[in-house]
Amino acid sequence: MPRLTKDEKPAVRFTLNGRAVSPEAPPRMLLSDLLRHEIGATGTHVGCEHGVCGACTVQVDGAPVRACLMLAQQAQGCDIRTVEALAEGPELSPLQAAFREHFALQCGFCTAGILMTLDALFASQPEADEATIREALSGHLCRCTGYAPIVQAALAARNRIKGGPIDA
Amino acid sequence: MKDTATEPLLGRSVERIEDAALVSGRGQFIDDLPVATGTLAVAFVRAPHGHADIKSVDVTAATRAPGVAAVITGQDVTRYIRSMTVGVKANVECWPIAVDRVRYVGEPVAMVVATDRYLAEDAADLVEVDYSPLTAVVDPVRALADDAPVLHQSLGSNLINERRFRYGDPETAFDAAPHRIGIDVTYPRSACTPIETYGVIARYEPGEDAYDITANFQGPFSIHAVVARSLQVPGNRLRLRTPPDSGGSFGIKQGVFPYMILSGVAARIAGAPVKWIEDRLEHLSASVSATNRQTRIEAAVEADGRITALDWDQIEDCGAHLRAPEPATLYRMHGNMTGAYDIANVAIRNRVVLTNKTPTGLNRGFGGPQIYFALERLMDTIARQLGLDRLDVIRRNLVPADAFPYRTATGALLDSGDYAAAMARAVDEGGLAELYARRDTARAEGRRYGIGFACVVEPSVSNMGYITTVLSSEERAKAGPKNGAQATATVAIDPLGSVTVKVASVPQGQGHRTVLAQVVADKFGLPLDAVRVLADVDTMRDAWSIASGNYASRFAPAVAGATEIAATRLRDKLAKVAASQLNIGASDVTFDAGRIGAAQNPDNSLSFARVAATAHWSPGTLPDDVGQTLRETVFWTPPELEAPTADDGINSSLCHGFIFDFCGIEIDPDTAEPRIDRYVTMHDCGRILHPAMVDGQVRGGFAQAVGAAFLEEYAYGEDGSFRSGTLADYLLPTVMEVPEPVILHHETPSPFTPLGAKGVGEGNCMSTPVCIANAVADALAPEGDAPNIVLPVTAAKLAPLIHGEEPEPKEPVPETKAEATSGGRKLTGEGRALVQASREDVWKMLLDPATLDAIIPGSHGVQKVDETRFKADVTLGVGPVRGRYKADIELSDLDPPNAVTLSGQAVGALGTGGGHGRVTLTDTGDGTEITYRYEAEIGGKVASVGGRLLDGAAKVVIGEFFRALARHCGGGAGNGPIARLRGLLNRIAKGGRT
Repeated sequence: MPRLTKDEKPAVRFTLNGRAVSPEAPPRMLLSDLLRHEIGATGTHVGCEHGVCGACTVQVDGAPVRACLMLAQQAQGCDIRTVEALAEGPELSPLQAAFREHFALQCGFCTAGILMTLDALFASQPEADEATIREALSGHLCRCTGYAPIVQAALAARNRIKGGPIDA
Repeated sequence: MKDTATEPLLGRSVERIEDAALVSGRGQFIDDLPVATGTLAVAFVRAPHGHADIKSVDVTAATRAPGVAAVITGQDVTRYIRSMTVGVKANVECWPIAVDRVRYVGEPVAMVVATDRYLAEDAADLVEVDYSPLTAVVDPVRALADDAPVLHQSLGSNLINERRFRYGDPETAFDAAPHRIGIDVTYPRSACTPIETYGVIARYEPGEDAYDITANFQGPFSIHAVVARSLQVPGNRLRLRTPPDSGGSFGIKQGVFPYMILSGVAARIAGAPVKWIEDRLEHLSASVSATNRQTRIEAAVEADGRITALDWDQIEDCGAHLRAPEPATLYRMHGNMTGAYDIANVAIRNRVVLTNKTPTGLNRGFGGPQIYFALERLMDTIARQLGLDRLDVIRRNLVPADAFPYRTATGALLDSGDYAAAMARAVDEGGLAELYARRDTARAEGRRYGIGFACVVEPSVSNMGYITTVLSSEERAKAGPKNGAQATATVAIDPLGSVTVKVASVPQGQGHRTVLAQVVADKFGLPLDAVRVLADVDTMRDAWSIASGNYASRFAPAVAGATEIAATRLRDKLAKVAASQLNIGASDVTFDAGRIGAAQNPDNSLSFARVAATAHWSPGTLPDDVGQTLRETVFWTPPELEAPTADDGINSSLCHGFIFDFCGIEIDPDTAEPRIDRYVTMHDCGRILHPAMVDGQVRGGFAQAVGAAFLEEYAYGEDGSFRSGTLADYLLPTVMEVPEPVILHHETPSPFTPLGAKGVGEGNCMSTPVCIANAVADALAPEGDAPNIVLPVTAAKLAPLIHGEEPEPKEPVPETKAEATSGGRKLTGEGRALVQASREDVWKMLLDPATLDAIIPGSHGVQKVDETRFKADVTLGVGPVRGRYKADIELSDLDPPNAVTLSGQAVGALGTGGGHGRVTLTDTGDGTEITYRYEAEIGGKVASVGGRLLDGAAKVVIGEFFRALARHCGGGAGNGPIARLRGLLNRIAKGGRT
């Protein structure tokens, strides 16, 4: 990664939800701020800016990453997915639909990060058992639901994704 | 006339209409809203001290920093606003920003307005505040002592309000009772901590002297009056709007209002719209928390456990300022001081105390956790002391089923319930017998297992007059009565005949829009998605009143009820319109499946939209007595919510749900970690409008209560330093810590609300902490006196109780002398370094500013003041937190070239530090051995967020200093040509820069 001085503001070229983007970002700008305030992808939320709450989780090259702990410039050349990419067209993805059916969200502020973590989990481990799902969820804080409906929604989504088309 | 013939939506767990957008990243939270081009960002300079006088604030450097539009001090702010209204009669000012003194860590001291947040924070670091630290007081009981430091000189003490109450004849009851049983209870500080922090967008229009403020405020809108008064404008010059979505609140976002005032002033001074989004450290240190409280509660008890009188003595800690609506936390439960019990005689002494901690405000449960922790721990104690079964003691005291509506001793009117029946069902359906069997088995195996109970009356729909109970009846008479709880709802029909509902309920994630769509769709015989609901507020456009907002669990009983009334009125009018168009009687009209028709003849019907839109397209055809059918706005306030009586009786809330909880907890024999084995919670919240949302409220409140019981505490040092400034310090429960409770329901509809519903969201925050505490007490001591349980119940607190106190280490660590300023983060350490230079050369280097500048890590320059005093400007970092400090260093006890003591004080945007160290130089023949020993103390932001890292970081920084000294001398651990080269390059680099 090139060395930058603080007054430079070079373009960061990366793929966001399948589309090439190249916003400018000073070296110290966080990826979360770039996504939200420069690009306008406000579906990714910021809850703590120190990597604990998990609200800002996005996928970087398929892996869940805290966007508040990553500099925008580090996204150079990466493939980034955010919650805005989960639904294809007007239909909710099986994971999103399961969250709605199971009342797995109330205020919805932490939800984007949780969805991105679970989406990455099921992509790599479609058979993930409840313990694995809980382990993945333990990196996220939700203040509204008490978590039980989130676990139920995750299990339902896993079953649906498994039983559905392979590329779901 | 019949309601809809199809199955009603209300009472069913329909999918939420909010969710499609929220799971797709299309929510509209405050930080997502578009702002005007040119909107500036606000960053705050905040107090690093718990208590200090502000000697000066120098904004010169900050004002010149890139992108800065304005730097605003507390003194500047006072020119535009007046002190905020305080809810008690007291000679005290309450500013939203520190003016001449800071009274809690995190208190705003200055605002920087700049083109973006990064630049605003850069400039905030350049604001130089000169503080004169004062002794702090953080414990409410100590704050009452005669020699305690006084926060507000105008008050003369830290006691801002005291009232005594007497209901019935408590003295006689205590004299007559065979037993007087009491306990002392300490309830700590915690907060429900929403994941979305505060946010404000503000603009000011000088032509109209009008503020336009958007904030993720949750109500109550009585605060609108507080803000407008402080900004010195009429209410119509303060337009307050809320965003469509809010990322949770749980009461906390009521506390954003001082920042609404400050942001308004910032926009006015900067001449541009401004936006401020709070960060997590700001939120944890300086938003609001619940109150901590010290309580003595005593009961007059008969031999069978029947309680005839209660005597409460409560010391409420509201933090550094008494901000509106405080001391409401203390008075919200005033009608319910007897809980679920039939107790005729009550004495209460309430004291409200100010301490050097964050001001308090609304928080889920609001006053309930503090009350019930004392009352239900007392019930447990009574059973223990009298050798009675704990459930029997509870049962003997319950308000009987035939007594409703029941007037409590302190004035509440309990609307409905059958407490004994609900409890019996919980015992049966929740499997208490099996839980006892599990406990017996565990104990037989020598394990520590306990069962706890809690019995709670959950108030909802606050009487806006309850807070005036803090005033004497004479003061109340002078001020005029306050009472009621206006709820508003508007149902409107547009020219295409579709239905819109507007309420001022400001949801924070509870699904209000869905439930209101259910209510109205049922009323009109429409499908759910035919009704559109708006629940955010614009005070210039919407119907609202002081009780509007999202608090006191008022949605289902009050807002949904008002909506039901508005929809019914409109439907009755539409029935008349339809009747005239269908040539039938209004009583024969049905609303079903999107059509309005004749009950007896399905073919004789019209589409709902056609009838509904008649008033738009052909108002002249409406029957004379209909008026219009375009819009119906209802204001509803329950008559039961009367002002306090002359003898201080107060019906503090309209509805009273009932909760009975029990749980089994096991304490790990090795780690002392408590674990919930089973938790059962029985709720009577009246009629249930949406079962899944009700259970969602129960689970959510339960999870927050689990946090309060086991993990969460706003931690302060005795010097007022704040020690839980990150979510790695203030621990919220994750999926791993929250078990799924068994949720049971027993429905007795409220006779006082239009839909029979009561509030449900707060109950477990009241019942669960004490239920867990009672179970822990049972696990620790099955019989006899219970240990004093103070939340959070951590393994560290329980371990000494089961293992005994930790033994002294075999090789004791030498105790260093503690300085007077105890309470901050204390760091001690020692080390040594070898350098290839003579003692004389090392000595000279240590006294030479140029050398010091070269070797102090992060130095930006060292100046010599005189022979023994230096000033340094350094950047130091702990973990992710780095800050610039100005340090004063003094040398003393000089013993050239053998030893010297260095003492220093450092002040920076990130906090304060101080310490001293003794450096000794020893000749080793080919060089010098430097040994050092230091003791330091750090406060402010660094202590808040980096506490766990400080020891290690201090070792690294100080080690780095001596390694650099060694390199400077051309020697050290990395002895050899490379180290020499590095030393040389280092000197060249430093030289080149300065």
